[in-house]
Amino acid sequence: MLSIFKKEISVFFGSLIGYIVIGVFLVFTGLVMWVFTDTSILEYSYATMDSLFYLAPTMFLFLIPAITMKSFAEESNRGTLELLFTKPITDNDIVLGKFFANIALVVFAILPTLVYFYSIYQLGAPKGNIDSGAVFGSYIGLVFLAAVFVAIGLFSSSLTNNQVVAFVIAIFLSFFVHWGFDYISKIPVFFGVWDDFIQRFGIDYHYRSMSRGLFDSRDVIYFISLIVVFLLLTNFVLKQKKY
Amino acid sequence: MSVKIHNLTKTYGNQLVLDNISFEVGKSEILGFLGPNGAGKTTTMKIITGSLLPDKGEVSVSGYDVFSDIQEVKKRVGYLAEHNPLYDEMYVKEFLLFIAGVYGVDKKVAKVKEMIELTGLSQEQNKKIIQLSKGYKQRVGLAQVLLNDPEVLILDEPTTGLDPNQLKEIRALIKETGKDKTVIFSTHIMQEVQALCDRVIILNNGKIVADDSIDKLDGYISSNTKSVLVQFDEIVETGLLKMLKSVDSVTLLDSKLIKLEGNDDYLMRKEIFNFAKANDYTILSMYKEDIDVENIFSKLTH
Repeated sequence: MLSIFKKEISVFFGSLIGYIVIGVFLVFTGLVMWVFTDTSILEYSYATMDSLFYLAPTMFLFLIPAITMKSFAEESNRGTLELLFTKPITDNDIVLGKFFANIALVVFAILPTLVYFYSIYQLGAPKGNIDSGAVFGSYIGLVFLAAVFVAIGLFSSSLTNNQVVAFVIAIFLSFFVHWGFDYISKIPVFFGVWDDFIQRFGIDYHYRSMSRGLFDSRDVIYFISLIVVFLLLTNFVLKQKKY
Repeated sequence: MSVKIHNLTKTYGNQLVLDNISFEVGKSEILGFLGPNGAGKTTTMKIITGSLLPDKGEVSVSGYDVFSDIQEVKKRVGYLAEHNPLYDEMYVKEFLLFIAGVYGVDKKVAKVKEMIELTGLSQEQNKKIIQLSKGYKQRVGLAQVLLNDPEVLILDEPTTGLDPNQLKEIRALIKETGKDKTVIFSTHIMQEVQALCDRVIILNNGKIVADDSIDKLDGYISSNTKSVLVQFDEIVETGLLKMLKSVDSVTLLDSKLIKLEGNDDYLMRKEIFNFAKANDYTILSMYKEDIDVENIFSKLTH
């Protein structure tokens, strides 16, 4: 697993993918948080990082499928997946190696935003007037969210040999799991009776709960279960490729 | 026995690709795998390497079953696939280090260096794989296969698309590494089989139609005809040659090159020599034609 992980990381940073993903993420979040007048913290004059955490899921919705789409689709297309299949490693090693490598890339992208936190902390009046608990809850929520999107992306990529198809499937699935249940709960049939129950199936509900700085084990279990489900599905699809 | 295959069957959908085949390959044996495209060669090879699962049958490598001990099997088998899939964007050395890591090789760096030298990649080791020519890519493929010193080497058409020099080098490499390993390789080039293999298996439509050493292969086609090629210095009347006792037929290949066929090539050659002596002809060359694997192949697979 470790050798797959290392190889994936070296491929990300050996090509432009890694730098582009990190660059785009930072430039865009930087602009939204500090420059664009509609959303800038400087204009808003409250010491919060909400704009980052509100924006991040939407950015991940496109960026994460863009980095995961090649994981299995490309390997399967050029036959290197078969190369890995004939080596003494299990399918789990391959899936987990890729999973953690993709998460590591996303964490690399998120880490520099801690500078934003430090800046806001220093700019607060009085200094440090920011809800640090909520910010760190949000960061943890963000990493979990990214992990779910990565798992969905890997699963989508394993379904096809075509990267574009993998990209589109991943965006659709991620969107549906994140916001879809929220929208469904608003359908009049469910509204007022089942809406809370249905919302709990979506990521948004749990992500928002974590963003409040509330560390609830139910949210953690929800995220981990989703990740495990999609990784197991990926593993299952890989096995089918051997028949 | 290093590789044992017993009653192996594989279907893709409705198509029967391997029909109950069985064979065994021993240690330090080089086995040539022949057959027309779609005969099931690659399928058989993939099953031995664990990248494809059979429908039924038993396959074992060095005593380990591919179903129950697949990881043990994979540790002992090196497989070079037909299209030699490689990570194009990686550097040669980086790629080999990655594969060494996957195998869990001890002293990775030293082992990779040794393989780079063995396969003659020293000049190219710091290039990206995508920049290499086909012959060098093939060497990278072989180097990665040999990294963990496998007991069984499985090479699927390892020499396709190489130029004559590369062909020679890769063949020499296979022969060299095959000394203490079991090698199974498939090819379409008949001379290669004759140059490298101790034994040949010919597959057709998922069945084994021949399994023997090369010099016994002609037993598989009904005729027992041997042929002798003679080059005379003069034009010789073919009618006279036909009268020799051991000769059944005479074909004029060129004005002075004659092909004679009969049951006993030893007797034929002796008689031809005496014939030339008696009639004062000069024989420039005379030789027994080698077993025509190509001919046997086309007869067995049609």
